[in-house]
Amino acid sequence: MRNVLGVINLVNERPMLKELTHHRCLASLPFGGRYRMIDFTMSNFMNVSVSKVAIFAKDKYRSLMDHLGSGKEWDLDHRSQGLFILPSIHPDEKIKGDLQQFYDHLEFFQRAIADTVIIAPGHHICKIDFNDVIKRHESNDADITVLYKDYDGKSVKRPIYHQCSLDKNGVVRDINFFTSPKKGDHICLETYVIKKQLLIDLIKICIEYDEYDFLKDIVKANLNNLKVQGYRFTGYMPFIHSLETYHASNMEFLNPEILRNFFYDSWEVFTKIKHEAPAEFANSSKVSNSLIANGCIIEGTVEDSIIFRGVKVKKGAVVKNSIIMQKGDIEEGAHIENVITDKQVVITKNQIITAMNKPIVVRKEVVF
Amino acid sequence: MASKKWIAMLLAGGQGSRLGELTSDLAKPAVPFGGKYRIIDFTLSNCTHSGIDTVGILTQYRPHILNSYIGNGRPWDFDRNNGGVSMLPPYQGKDGGEWYKGTANAVYQNFHFIDHNNPEYVLVISGDHIYKMDYNNMLEDHIEKGAHATIAVLEVPWGEANRFGIMNTNETDQIIEFDEKPKYPKSNLASMGVYIFNWKHLKKYLTEDEQDTSSSNDFGKDIIPKMLKDEAKLQAYRFKGYWKDVGTIESLWEAHMDLLEEPSNFKLGDPNWQIYAGNANHPPQYISEDADVTQSLVNEGCLVFGKVDHSVLSYNVQVGSGSIVQNSVIMPNVKIGNNVIVEKVIIGSGTVIEDGAVISDSKKGLILIGENQRVSSESALLKAL
Repeated sequence: MRNVLGVINLVNERPMLKELTHHRCLASLPFGGRYRMIDFTMSNFMNVSVSKVAIFAKDKYRSLMDHLGSGKEWDLDHRSQGLFILPSIHPDEKIKGDLQQFYDHLEFFQRAIADTVIIAPGHHICKIDFNDVIKRHESNDADITVLYKDYDGKSVKRPIYHQCSLDKNGVVRDINFFTSPKKGDHICLETYVIKKQLLIDLIKICIEYDEYDFLKDIVKANLNNLKVQGYRFTGYMPFIHSLETYHASNMEFLNPEILRNFFYDSWEVFTKIKHEAPAEFANSSKVSNSLIANGCIIEGTVEDSIIFRGVKVKKGAVVKNSIIMQKGDIEEGAHIENVITDKQVVITKNQIITAMNKPIVVRKEVVF
Repeated sequence: MASKKWIAMLLAGGQGSRLGELTSDLAKPAVPFGGKYRIIDFTLSNCTHSGIDTVGILTQYRPHILNSYIGNGRPWDFDRNNGGVSMLPPYQGKDGGEWYKGTANAVYQNFHFIDHNNPEYVLVISGDHIYKMDYNNMLEDHIEKGAHATIAVLEVPWGEANRFGIMNTNETDQIIEFDEKPKYPKSNLASMGVYIFNWKHLKKYLTEDEQDTSSSNDFGKDIIPKMLKDEAKLQAYRFKGYWKDVGTIESLWEAHMDLLEEPSNFKLGDPNWQIYAGNANHPPQYISEDADVTQSLVNEGCLVFGKVDHSVLSYNVQVGSGSIVQNSVIMPNVKIGNNVIVEKVIIGSGTVIEDGAVISDSKKGLILIGENQRVSSESALLKAL
């Protein structure tokens, strides 16, 4: 059996979700009623029997540590392998790039009993079968495999995604940084497969020459020297880069087909276990087209919404087209539409919040 | 020798034959309850909340599911270096071995386990009751009264007292007499099957009881009466709160319906007294556009397209569109097809109800469907128990 090392790289996270990532890293943003974004990558790693996972954390990772704990839920509480959270070792200095943080923890790579490394960001909502990716990596005899997906979201003016150009054999010929995505563009998923020893060698060389960016200085700089193969991911994966896309991609999980595809037809998506009771629907509850997690008590009306664990929707309250994160409290007669409430938000009695075009965010622990 | 203040011995060996097909493959304490739990979770969680760190679980009948469910006891915080949870099935010794003959014999056969932990007190509980109880208060009472043994009791309606083991007490709640299911009860204090013993005192009685060939080796029938005869100090501890023996299909159904009362006298979602369970991982529950869910508990992994009223849906239950589920208890992994009617039914795990089936008793009796069955619209069961 292969020995695979999983790396979740949070160093390149960008603050595109504003208030929601004000106090937490993107990877630990709640998603889909009971998950945090990182659960999807963690579970994809589990599916390929990764025995050791390192999370290169940049900042705001307290909630992430709390969520991941010992890694038990992802079968990572091993004696010698398991889960490692590796923050910057120079917290006072501005980090120069992901390679610097990799280099600072080079011992971690050297010690790992693994020959292959998967590097991925922590916020992709998708089910990538890394068994297939590694198989193709090996059969292509590639040095580095770069995953990409053809852009299927709405066009965006802001330059936010890196783009790959490939030749007819699927070999990566060029990488353009920060492009404005439009349909069909080959968006680099910042997800790679590489042999461990090669990675270590390349990190050392880059640091020697003051180069600190994995994609730029290891991948792009070596397109002519190494075999850099593209892997097109064709599965479902929403592109999340704004509050609107975050809201919309949550809502897509109300499509039973996507729900089944994600949670019933293939490997499981694991998350932190909480001992919440089953969701309670009162006699007065009216729920339609919604996800309702455990620990919720629903007395009011919920339509087209994602309700996380431990939320209370009181009598006469109405929640439409909204995302209510953990332990939210929607009091009697409140009416909210097109709203994202962060954790532990209270919407007080008879309060009305309706957003027209863009979803409104109510920040964590706010009493509105 | 290291010693402990107290340990718990949890009786989980019963077959639970009165639960019919629900226990054909698993012991009674392992029967699913409340949408996401198994019956034993309630006593185990009581132990955790009471700060007990060592629990011996006495198993005998069909222990496999229970064994794998309990595992190292992690969900209940029993994965510890000192103490934890131990599964105690019957075993062979130098002089052979034998099955557990009764509740007292089961504990007797494990006196090495208890001695090894060297506790001052032993809490004996059973894994087939639904209640939330802090055993600390009972222990404090036991110590304060200087009792040899304390038995938790519950005031039951006088009309039902003849169904229970009844404790007759004096004005200080000392037990003077024990009546098993008395025709004419003198008291309405029913034993909850929760005992605290002084281990040294109990050990003597268990050893003597072993020598007595006429004994049925049972706590209620033999040990307690013998202690009373010897004028040992037996104290009743009055428990106030919800307690339910779920040993029959009817009581199992009733206990589920109790969870749905508004307001409920037994809440599962009490943040100060969570019921811990060996959680499997399931996606959040999806309630479709045409679904209608009222006065119900719905656990993770459920996909609901039909109408669910006054019912409990365990994990991974699917209810197809046009179907109606009412006053029912649906155990894990049950698939209910489209246009099905399910009324006052307990459906065992893994059963499939095909499209168009009608499961309802004309006299509104309770219907039980076992595990892993397939019910088609032709074979619809209409008879109650």
